Amino acid sequence: MSESTESLFEGRIPIYPRSVKGRFRYIKWGVLALAYGVYFLLPWIRWARPTGPDQAVLFDLNTRLFYIFGLVVHPQDIFWLAGFLLLAALLLFFVTGILGRVFCGYFCFQTLWTDVFIMVERLVQGERPARIRLAKQPWNFEKIFKLGATHVLWLLVAMLTGLTFTLYWADAPQLTLQFFTGKAPFPAYATTAFLTATTYVMAGLAREQVCTYMCPYARFQSVMFDRDTLIVSYDQGRGEGQAGRHKVNKQLKTHDQRQAAGVGDCIDCGYCVQVCPTGIDIRNGLQVSCIHCALCVDACDNIMDNMGWPRGLIRYTSENELEGKKTRFLKGKTFGYGAAIAIVLGLLLWSMTHSTKYDAVSRQIRQPLYVVMSDGSIQNSYELKINNKTQSPLTLTVGLDGLKGAVLDVGNFKNFTIPPEQYLRVLVRVRFPGNTATPEDHDFSFVLTPQNGKIPPIKVPARFYTP
Amino acid sequence: MSNAADKKQTGAVQTTGHAWDGDLQEYNNPLPRWWVWAFYGTVVFAVVYWFLYPAWPVGTSFTKGFDTVTYEVKQDGKEVKKTVPWNTRARLMYEDEYGAEAEKQRAYLKKIEGSSYAQILSNPDMMAFVRSYAKTLFGDNCAVCHQAGGTGVVGHYPNLADDSWLWGGTVREIQHTITAGHHGFMPSFRPTFSDAQAHDVAEYVLSLSGTKGGDEKAIMRGEKIFHGQEGGCYYCHGEKATGLISQGSANLTDHVWTIANVPAAKTYDEKVAAVEHVILHGVSRVMPTWQGRLSSTQIKLLTVYVHELGGGQ
Repeated sequence: MSESTESLFEGRIPIYPRSVKGRFRYIKWGVLALAYGVYFLLPWIRWARPTGPDQAVLFDLNTRLFYIFGLVVHPQDIFWLAGFLLLAALLLFFVTGILGRVFCGYFCFQTLWTDVFIMVERLVQGERPARIRLAKQPWNFEKIFKLGATHVLWLLVAMLTGLTFTLYWADAPQLTLQFFTGKAPFPAYATTAFLTATTYVMAGLAREQVCTYMCPYARFQSVMFDRDTLIVSYDQGRGEGQAGRHKVNKQLKTHDQRQAAGVGDCIDCGYCVQVCPTGIDIRNGLQVSCIHCALCVDACDNIMDNMGWPRGLIRYTSENELEGKKTRFLKGKTFGYGAAIAIVLGLLLWSMTHSTKYDAVSRQIRQPLYVVMSDGSIQNSYELKINNKTQSPLTLTVGLDGLKGAVLDVGNFKNFTIPPEQYLRVLVRVRFPGNTATPEDHDFSFVLTPQNGKIPPIKVPARFYTP
Repeated sequence: MSNAADKKQTGAVQTTGHAWDGDLQEYNNPLPRWWVWAFYGTVVFAVVYWFLYPAWPVGTSFTKGFDTVTYEVKQDGKEVKKTVPWNTRARLMYEDEYGAEAEKQRAYLKKIEGSSYAQILSNPDMMAFVRSYAKTLFGDNCAVCHQAGGTGVVGHYPNLADDSWLWGGTVREIQHTITAGHHGFMPSFRPTFSDAQAHDVAEYVLSLSGTKGGDEKAIMRGEKIFHGQEGGCYYCHGEKATGLISQGSANLTDHVWTIANVPAAKTYDEKVAAVEHVILHGVSRVMPTWQGRLSSTQIKLLTVYVHELGGGQ
């Protein structure tokens, strides 16, 4: 390429993917049904809790609590999110190293939503040739109606997508009602509008351009590939033979005739190109635009079945396999990523199951740092902030540890009761008899003992200051 | 993009079309179209903004804009609704009045208003609110003299964080102190005492709280003056020198010194001198009344806050 004269940007060539039936298409429909099912139904699942909302998954920004089924994530647990993201990234690397771009082809929301948008397009405008015809024909009622209906349906799907996203952040039935009666809070409308717009643009208009131009993953996934990684590939040796591919005609009809003429198994029907959602020709080899969705595999398999020839002219294979060697799945990378996943998953689960039921910090009152009392004793004051992370009220008493002879003054309180998932700030005063006081400062701990006996006490470190 | 097409055809960057001195030309590299449209967008935004919000200075005034903020404000002792052109200060006033946090605060204040001291003092939740809300009240009204956290200034303003309460440490007494104010007074004994007598009384006063290093004889003489007609100190400080709440007179037998800075004195002589100074010069301290300046709820909040500072009585 002579860079100086060519523009880096090329205007989009419209793609009209043809539909196809086959193994991988069914897998994709299955994944799509599962993903859509989970995404659209999850906010509507109810979940009875002792306290808090009865929505199974709710990210409540007002109380700063994330409810995920039986798990309640508090602000201080937010590093779980970091752990979860790390796990997701490692899982992606792990799977990509072995199975290639399966995430792109089957699970990426861009691919899934584009799939649905293409389906809508086909339902309204018909199969590929009809769509191409429609695009070429001059503007008339039919074209306006069909294209208009397509875009209206697209916007509807996009809006449902946007609205569903906002339902994760508030009570779903209530917000839906508010949304359509004009009483929902502004952020709900803004979020829905934004996601409607992005879904419509990304899945409806931009489509494969997201994968080829915008997606960073498409750019760096190749570093996770090796010669054993599964890729969707055209078997060049079988397809081309010595004389290249050739259409079926009278002289080149049967397998034997073609073999004799040195022509390969590819009949150049173009079906694999027509079904491709990113509009590439897989026979040109591995390329960055290929999202490995395997629709071309289904297409080619169908043709091979019709011809009565063995399947697999386009198939999931690896570079090693294409060269006649064996594909090795158990390699250093597999174990490395596997070990990393096991460690992160283990730490995350351990942290989730062993998180404290409540926590506390002590804050020294520094104005004044210490006070001499009338009997000569020295008093320090502290504010204890106690955080109840359980779903039930927590009653606890405050005690001292490591400050011999000191007296604790908590005012009129024998114990403190903190409502579920709330915090309480408590003023406590510690007095140290003057006659025994040493000039040094002392480290000690407050001991918080829950009264129900099921939760172990915790210690909160603090420091005692003397004149 | 027209110029992209041009570039493709000519294989070179477009020029402005002029030529000076035969061959001197100027490249034409227009800004990207999206950039230009974004710029036009800001122009449109600005025009919309001029109409919505205060924008243009006109003489001594300015264009007011369509957007307004309405909030309540105290004017001549009455709550008046005020509507002004949108500005951040008005917005803040509005938030202070109608924001979610303001609602929460109002609910708490109402709860405090309807509760007795006993109820407040035994409710950890209300106590937490008192500490955070009254801290600001204290900072605005009391900290000028009593310092942040009630630390006080020795010789001038009492420390509120200890357990020595000149005017009483129960909530009723503290409330009365804040509401009505006080005038603490100790006469100067300069006209009455000779230097020797003042010295003796000072030694006696120091011995009351167990300060070591005094002269037995001087203390004996001082005790006589203290409890006799000559000094008459016991009128106010009491037979046992433990002070009288009704007078606001200090308890001289404890370790808290509010006027004479005894703890800061290094030698015994300095301590004596500090006490002597108080005896010869007397004390006159005024705590103003806060009735009329603070609402009863505010006084209630401050009472509980001050009560908690020193552990109360």
